[in-house]
Amino acid sequence: MTVTSALKVENLHKSFGNHEVIKGVSLEAQKGDVIAILGASGAGKSTFLRCINLLETPNSGDVYLAGEKMRMKQNRHGETIPEDIRQVERMRTRLAMVFQGFNLWSHMTVMENILEGPLYVQKIAKAEAVEKAEALLEKVGLSDRVDYYPAHLSGGQQQRVAIARALAMDPDVMLFDEPTSALDPELVGEVLAVMRDLAEEGRTMLVVTHEMGFARDVSSKTVFLHKGEICEEGSPAKLFTKPATDQFKAFLARIN
Amino acid sequence: MELILEYQSQLLAGTLMTIKLALVSLIISVLLGLLGAWAKLSGNRVAQKTADVYTTVVRGIPDLVLIMLVFYGGQVTINAIGEMSGLWGYLEISQFIAGVGTIGVIFGAYFTETFRGAIMAIPRGQIEAGISCGMPRLLIFSHIIWPQMVRYALPGFTNNWLVQLKTTALVSVIGLQDLVYNAFTAGRSTGQLFTFMAAALFIYLILTAISDIALRALDRHYSRGVVRA
Repeated sequence: MTVTSALKVENLHKSFGNHEVIKGVSLEAQKGDVIAILGASGAGKSTFLRCINLLETPNSGDVYLAGEKMRMKQNRHGETIPEDIRQVERMRTRLAMVFQGFNLWSHMTVMENILEGPLYVQKIAKAEAVEKAEALLEKVGLSDRVDYYPAHLSGGQQQRVAIARALAMDPDVMLFDEPTSALDPELVGEVLAVMRDLAEEGRTMLVVTHEMGFARDVSSKTVFLHKGEICEEGSPAKLFTKPATDQFKAFLARIN
Repeated sequence: MELILEYQSQLLAGTLMTIKLALVSLIISVLLGLLGAWAKLSGNRVAQKTADVYTTVVRGIPDLVLIMLVFYGGQVTINAIGEMSGLWGYLEISQFIAGVGTIGVIFGAYFTETFRGAIMAIPRGQIEAGISCGMPRLLIFSHIIWPQMVRYALPGFTNNWLVQLKTTALVSVIGLQDLVYNAFTAGRSTGQLFTFMAAALFIYLILTAISDIALRALDRHYSRGVVRA
């Protein structure tokens, strides 16, 4: 019996102008996998993540979500574009993203931020959506901040709201783009704790991060990107105790 | 004072004409401004260039020159085209259409810049957050861009609008009976120009005061979530 992977990326390439940032990266995540993506800045980690939900359009390569391929085509200038934007939008609702800069909508309260997707994209009944949003806020420990605006929250609180907002869509896969990099050191822990809970619940997650502790302890698989290519990948136990490549050794030495 | 009461119906008619001119031309300029801002930010080279030419040319020509050019030159041009193509006979552009159209086009250029700046002030990440939730373009515009754009645009908008309201006075040169035209006519025929100009000034002040109150209310409405220093 073949199991369809939750997310499969095949031979992804992305260039900005003449500069090739991603040089043929493939990655597969089974349901419940937590994949930590490491790499020095400029290695292409964020770009890779952003290509998965088409915030950046890859030059070539395929993305499959639960077996469904994101269909792309070439326009008359030879650029790759989505074949059907509706399909892309539908797939994006199943691929929630959490950003480094939180990106909460500043004119909406915490509750409105969380309700936006379920109400207006997924068109779920309001009572049901509100009930779910309240449960999610409780999960991220912010039940007492329902009517606050983002500007009145700390970075850690904003990021936890952003995680609740992503969870509200009930996504199949969650993409985390350096979720703790913009936080003051004392606020990192509260966000990582929420992410640990999600991992334990069996959420499928791709996490671009500089938190080695999180990668080592929580991820089911760790991937090290170097200059747009996967340089090393495998279980964190293996990678962190016996790094195989000089690049990864050097990276670990620099981090520690 | 008695004189003014005697001429109140003319002043009132002029005031109404001024309000009508200002509001109709405002609608035209807001629509042109949105279109222009979209063109400048669209990434489409042709649209960008067209919008650049529009804002550069229009903002570089005195309003009065443009109004006369459209009213006198526009009519001649349209009729010449009609005659050559045989598609329509003699057309007359009404003073109202010429005035409203020209003022609308002039201020559309200013609104283009106001709206462009306002859209650029919205953090790009908030738009990406919308995209990554699977929001269609129209929803991103109506729920994320529009409410924040209005807030960022309001100070510039207020400026433009107040100048636009006063610029409507220029249409009296093409014979449109607005507040200035009527006040001037009444002043001349009674020999009390000062009295009537003072009345006109007072009416303009009332109009701008009302605008100010309305725009403040709008500002409060669209400032949700903003931390005030």
